[in-house]
Amino acid sequence: MLKTILGAVILFVLIAFTAYLAFHYAPIEKTMGVIQKIFYLHLPSAFSSFVALGICFYANLRYVFTREAKWDWLGVSAAEVGLAFISVVLVTGPIWAHPVWGIWWTWDARLTLTFVLWLLYISYLLLRSMLEEPDKRALLSALFGIFAFLDVPLVYFSIRWWRTQHPQPVILGGPGSGLDPRMRVSYLLVWAAFTGLLILLLNGRYKLEAMRASVEELRREAEVL
Amino acid sequence: MKNLDSVLAAYLAGWAIFFVYYISVARRMNSLREEIEELKNSLRRDK
Repeated sequence: MLKTILGAVILFVLIAFTAYLAFHYAPIEKTMGVIQKIFYLHLPSAFSSFVALGICFYANLRYVFTREAKWDWLGVSAAEVGLAFISVVLVTGPIWAHPVWGIWWTWDARLTLTFVLWLLYISYLLLRSMLEEPDKRALLSALFGIFAFLDVPLVYFSIRWWRTQHPQPVILGGPGSGLDPRMRVSYLLVWAAFTGLLILLLNGRYKLEAMRASVEELRREAEVL
Repeated sequence: MKNLDSVLAAYLAGWAIFFVYYISVARRMNSLREEIEELKNSLRRDK
């Protein structure tokens, strides 16, 4: 219980910190105005989802080659946490788009591929919930997770490869792109805070999966006796 | 300030997702903890 409260306190501190950076420290963008402040939540969420899904991909690969349960636990934990981050991306994006584009959603490459990514990881979790045998569940979901990760580079490069409605990259976007120094510092610090949030959620979710494995083992023991 | 309501809506919705997810993990963990205790007690009784 104490750990849960401590985690919630850390979450509150992160919110306060990111809100201070976004609303007080970073300047208001000249063209878009205050609506651009959504990017301080949208962008780090997208970045953190890529990191979480990258961890999931690595864990899935390790499981296929080693068949150690800990990689299966890490894989499902990272998939679920990544899904939470993608959900934030998919909710905050349209709220930004409506006043700027005049529409909530358009089926351009970046938006469509992000939605497909969300559906793929929902399917990953659904697949796991349908399989009862632990080894079969771990192997099939690891293979599916490896396949699902193929969408991540497509999402990332979609705005570079195809003409999209989505804004072009301002960070690592090549000549002509860039940020005001205070905006850059704010983005970097908010990213650091979101990395902390990612670690907090992933750690909690991994412990949950390890506990679930203990319960399954104890149930089997109880059945034998 | 124009569009401030949209910004607040985005932040509320975004952080609500993280909070709901965090609470769901904590609740699932508590129920598993109780189940582990029950299973351990029943195993002790059976032995």
